[in-house]
Amino acid sequence: MDCSLVRTLVHRYCAGEEECVDSRTVYVGHREPPPGAEAYIPQRCPDNRIVSSKYTFWNFIPKNLFEQFRRIANFYFLIIFLVQLIIDTPTSPVTSGLPLFFVITVTAIKQGYEDWLRHKADSAVNQCPVHFVQHGRLVRKQSRKLRVGDIVMVKEDETFPCDLIFLSSSRVDGTCHVTTASLDGESSHKTHYAVQDTKGFHTEEDMDSLHATIECEQPQPDLYRFVGRINVYSDLNDPVVRPLGSENLLLRGATLKNTEKIFGVAIYTGMETKMALNYQSKSQKRSAVEKSMNVFLIVYLCILISKALINTVMKYVWQSEPFRDEPWYNQKTEAERQRNLFLRAFTDFLAFMVLFNYIIPVSMYVTVEMQKFLGSYFITWDEEMFDEETGEGPLVNTSDLNEELGQEREELFFRAVCLCHTIQVKDGDEADGPRKSPDSGRRCVYISASPDEVALVEGVQRELTPRDIKQLPQSHTARKRLGFTYLRLKDNYMELQNRGNDIERFELLEILSFDSVRRRMSVIVKSATGEIYLFCKGADSSIFPRVIEGKVDQIRSRVERNAVEGLRTLCVAYKRLIQEEYEGICKLLQAAKVALQDRERKLAEAYEQIEKDLILLGATAVEDRLQEKAADTIEALQKAGIKVWVLTGDKMETAAAACYACKLFRRNTQLLEVTTKRLEEQSLHDVLFELSKTILHCGASLTRDNFSGLSADTQDYGLIIDGAALSLIMKPREDGSSSSYRELFLDICRNCSAVLCCRMAPLQKAQIVKLIKFSKERPITLAIGDGANDVSMILEAHVGIGIVGKEGRQAARNSDYAIPKFKHLKKMLLVHGHFYYIRISELVQYFFYKNVCFIFPQFLYQFFCGFSQQTLYDTAYLTLYNISFTSLPVLLYSLMEQHVAMDTLKRDPALYRDIAKNALLRWRVFIYWTFLGVFDALVFFFGAYFMFENTTVTSNGQMFGNWTFGTLVFTVMVFTVTLKLALDTHYWTWINHVVIWGSLLFYVVFSLLWGGIIWPFLNYQRMYYVFIQMLSSGPAWLAIVLLVVVSLLPDVLKKVLCRQLWPSATEKVQRSSSRRAPADAAPSPDRPLLMDPEPRPRRE
Amino acid sequence: MAMNYNAKDEVDGGPPCAPGGTAKNRRPDNTAFKQQRLPAWQPILTAGTVLPTFFIIGLIFIPIGIGIFVTSNNIREIEGNVFMYYGLSNFYQNHRRYVKSRDDSQLNGDPSALLNPSKECEPYRRNEDKPIAPCGAIANSMFNDTLDLFLVGNESDPTPIPLKKKGIAWWTDKNVKFRNPPGADIPLEERFKGTTKPVNWVKPVYMLDPDEDNSGFINEDFIVWMRTAALPTFRKLYRLIERKNDLHPTLPAGRYYLNITYNYPVHSFDGRKRMILSTISWMGGKNPFLGIAYIAIGSISFLLGVVLLVINHKYRNSSNTADITI
Repeated sequence: MDCSLVRTLVHRYCAGEEECVDSRTVYVGHREPPPGAEAYIPQRCPDNRIVSSKYTFWNFIPKNLFEQFRRIANFYFLIIFLVQLIIDTPTSPVTSGLPLFFVITVTAIKQGYEDWLRHKADSAVNQCPVHFVQHGRLVRKQSRKLRVGDIVMVKEDETFPCDLIFLSSSRVDGTCHVTTASLDGESSHKTHYAVQDTKGFHTEEDMDSLHATIECEQPQPDLYRFVGRINVYSDLNDPVVRPLGSENLLLRGATLKNTEKIFGVAIYTGMETKMALNYQSKSQKRSAVEKSMNVFLIVYLCILISKALINTVMKYVWQSEPFRDEPWYNQKTEAERQRNLFLRAFTDFLAFMVLFNYIIPVSMYVTVEMQKFLGSYFITWDEEMFDEETGEGPLVNTSDLNEELGQEREELFFRAVCLCHTIQVKDGDEADGPRKSPDSGRRCVYISASPDEVALVEGVQRELTPRDIKQLPQSHTARKRLGFTYLRLKDNYMELQNRGNDIERFELLEILSFDSVRRRMSVIVKSATGEIYLFCKGADSSIFPRVIEGKVDQIRSRVERNAVEGLRTLCVAYKRLIQEEYEGICKLLQAAKVALQDRERKLAEAYEQIEKDLILLGATAVEDRLQEKAADTIEALQKAGIKVWVLTGDKMETAAAACYACKLFRRNTQLLEVTTKRLEEQSLHDVLFELSKTILHCGASLTRDNFSGLSADTQDYGLIIDGAALSLIMKPREDGSSSSYRELFLDICRNCSAVLCCRMAPLQKAQIVKLIKFSKERPITLAIGDGANDVSMILEAHVGIGIVGKEGRQAARNSDYAIPKFKHLKKMLLVHGHFYYIRISELVQYFFYKNVCFIFPQFLYQFFCGFSQQTLYDTAYLTLYNISFTSLPVLLYSLMEQHVAMDTLKRDPALYRDIAKNALLRWRVFIYWTFLGVFDALVFFFGAYFMFENTTVTSNGQMFGNWTFGTLVFTVMVFTVTLKLALDTHYWTWINHVVIWGSLLFYVVFSLLWGGIIWPFLNYQRMYYVFIQMLSSGPAWLAIVLLVVVSLLPDVLKKVLCRQLWPSATEKVQRSSSRRAPADAAPSPDRPLLMDPEPRPRRE
Repeated sequence: MAMNYNAKDEVDGGPPCAPGGTAKNRRPDNTAFKQQRLPAWQPILTAGTVLPTFFIIGLIFIPIGIGIFVTSNNIREIEGNVFMYYGLSNFYQNHRRYVKSRDDSQLNGDPSALLNPSKECEPYRRNEDKPIAPCGAIANSMFNDTLDLFLVGNESDPTPIPLKKKGIAWWTDKNVKFRNPPGADIPLEERFKGTTKPVNWVKPVYMLDPDEDNSGFINEDFIVWMRTAALPTFRKLYRLIERKNDLHPTLPAGRYYLNITYNYPVHSFDGRKRMILSTISWMGGKNPFLGIAYIAIGSISFLLGVVLLVINHKYRNSSNTADITI
């Protein structure tokens, strides 16, 4: 396995060396080409073994450990652990070793198990039998033995074992149907075509006689792109050259459907298949919370180092008097005395580091990971986000970003088209247009890559009320609108049933396929009478310039009117070709298609030549009905302070209408346009400056806070920009000051309530996301879309959401989250996002807080123990503080907390603004928490200090020692820290009660047990009866109560004052809801122990 | 409830337009937990809810504080049992090297640990090739001054005050944690055979007290010393002076005479020794801290309550209108 990997690497490396080899040559059936042919460079390709596993049995432990310790946190804890092992430190290595070992083991087991599953899957795949043709006979072999050039036979419902060039099929027309559900999730059937010259080879013997070579590009991950060519050597001397495209390529992972068997030749195998190449590159997105967390960690690391430094320096200053360093009662060993001063100082520094290392807790990482992992289940479980119609629920592909949903979402992108719910055919079709020529079809249900086509075909076919067509036979579709039914494509003949119920046949000669640059496509057909027609359909802007005849003005006005109504328009044109013309076209196309280099460009040029001088037939209009509640959702998002951008490929009028329909633009919105039309009149420079002047002049009062346009009196702006104008803006200026237009453009956008970008190419969408992502404010971006052309922006944005749409599942597959409907975005962001953000930010802050509380007393104690690194707490307490005493409540909080009721959040989107811009993880908040921790630590330590200072606290006169002192501090701390969380909890379910009071109880029980027995295997019994003795002293109880109250008081006071004097929107809502239900408002949240937890009835 | 759902789904069969038949099963369960709708109590900290708490804290803490303060101040009167302490200052019993320098197994009477003490005891582990019992720095530096108290009734013949040696150590330490090496019938000296006394000691451990119940590792003076103090200035219980009967004060007014057999050097580390006589209330010795702290916190809390009340009244109207607009 490793060998093949190495081989691949070596191969790639070599390939990189000799760059001329950018195509590969495959001998079909391993037959050498006739000697006269061009000299091919033989290449080595890997075998068909799939290796998705990361480890082998032998390298698992070292490799996994290496991977795990590459994480900074793990590495840090490893270092601490090693230091503890090597030098004499105050705490035993167990205290940090045990949690680390636990974390590492659990992760290793999880990863090992996953890898084992992968191994199993790999070997199942690699060993599954494959039929292939050898010397004219079918041979069964294991899949992994497949080599490039082998001819493979695949039967129905089998998956393709590698990437194949489709040679022939059992179907007469040389097609086969394929689903790529496991590749890109699209379950619809796609049609692939066998190579024209080989589709006659139906048996093994035939195949054996095939003599051909294939040239194709080197493996690359794009699933939808393939360029190659096949040379078929027949008995005649001249080899036939045919172009190969992605329609001839059968991808590994796809499944053969509705076709008995096919033959194909392997061209990419094993790890070079497109499927395997696609598994690799998926970049990790990191959330803003995680970034803040890492910054805080660095701060704490600095604090830790400075604490250790201070103590080390103090120690040596203090020890400078010899009676302190080594009093008569506390002599050093000889070895210690001999040690070099600097070595000693360094050891001391390390020992202090070890002593204070708990300030960065290993458990925080574990808890955060668990929170994210478990928390994401609540999204998938959400019933409201389940769509009955499609049977789809939300999917979480990356749980790392949950809280990001609740983050400042400055801008949000989606494409208006994704709003289309059902495509309904409207009767806006023009005159005699309905002779549409779809490019593939099958059975009664028309399957197509584009929903427009489905609509048109269905529109042409049905939609007339039954009574008008009663006379028509009720064969397959009862209702016929315009009376034309598209029957099928058979042997290159398209069959149509016309109004007279006769079948008309058109021979399909060529397809000039669609691309988004040309924005049109054509077919060339031959009618039964022998006339050759070219039909072209496309966007009006790309059709009108090529039209020479027809009712252009009339249609143009209709198209415009339709577009304003929000319909998606298409224009149809045709031209008649005479035989000579057609032959010329064929040659042109053939030449372009065969080209290996620059094929796309050449094809485009050829298309350009062909599609001209058309006669306009008419136009069609399809209504894009907005998805249900789209307007409501967008309004909510705007109220939530989210800036919405619409990126669409539609024409401007259509997109603008959709924007009006979804209330993105309002009636009083002043539209600013940066469009190609306008740029023809003015230079880009002038346009942009003029716009910015308009905005800055009139919109001076329009501050960023009320840009949502809720108040009617402020003028709000909407910007419309099209793709061409955008590419001008993005293009660097000649004088090198590339960014100035972008800045200006962003400035304008910033002041607009909504931005509409129309006529966008997919890559431009990603470009815009990038532009905004790296603009001055570094906003968090979210992209949502449903189509394959949204994938690039979904991948680019901070958070990518895919809608499981009609146009396939590619968007959903590449997204971080997938939702069934656009309307679910509202709940996703406003409820789940908000909750997750609140939860995780509290989790992070609280973790730092509780460890400041934990370690700061330890630091203070050094000043009273001669800087000797004496621990304040017992080893068991040090180890268990983060693992068990205080871990569960905060984990539960981070899963369950709801500071405001879900329905309120949904009803009042403005609440979302309270948490925008990472509000809860800003420096101010972080510093507050840290200072609160320091304050509490001071209270614990000095409270205990003054209690113990030179006096007795028992009623029998006996004295307590240092361990009782530490235990008192620790007890106060555990209670304070837990009650602090209890005070922050706004949502007390029975689980919260159990966990919070349970963990306090656990602490007490554990302490009783820990001190109650002489533990046989320990070499010290320092804790024996310490806790129980402490509890037998009245003042200790009084001190615990006092110190807990004092520690909590400032925080309570701060909360109450902030709420009273500067309430945030959230707090107002909380209060008003509590006022409306006075029974729920508990009089004393300070002591919830005494309270009977009333279950709160859920309001509407 | 969830079960019902599933059952119904199966009857329905697959959805008409779902891509796969399994899709319906993915419908999430409608349980309160999964939908995050568990019934919950939702408390909110507002001035209104916190106000009473502040007043209650004030009202409870101030009396407690006064009570503690008064009790603590009354302690000076020498009635009831009197406790005699010795105090040391600038003595770092909590130094790490010192704290760990002991062997709890040896002190618990483990025979193997007796002859082979823990390495932690270095450099007080062995002397002249014999294991030290008890080993370690703590034991080695045990306080060895003798304090005797006399009431000077008449000039020539001061009456000694009877000082009780037992009951100064924790019961559990004396009876469980500290044990002499095993061998009930063997004399104590035999049980410590093969060991040597700590370097600084005058007598071996089995001769700390003539009474065998208070000698060896279970000598209470020793146990008290072995409980390391938390802070460098500390006191340790030395003796009890028990009250004889209700009529007489334990230590009647008069002149007293303290005889100190001075053995323990403290000058070298700039230390001080003290002797403290104290009575004990239910809350221990004299310590004004708790009382003052309780009074202070109670008053602050009360004051805050008043401030909050004012704020609450002043801002109530504005917040009320704010609520209405929502």
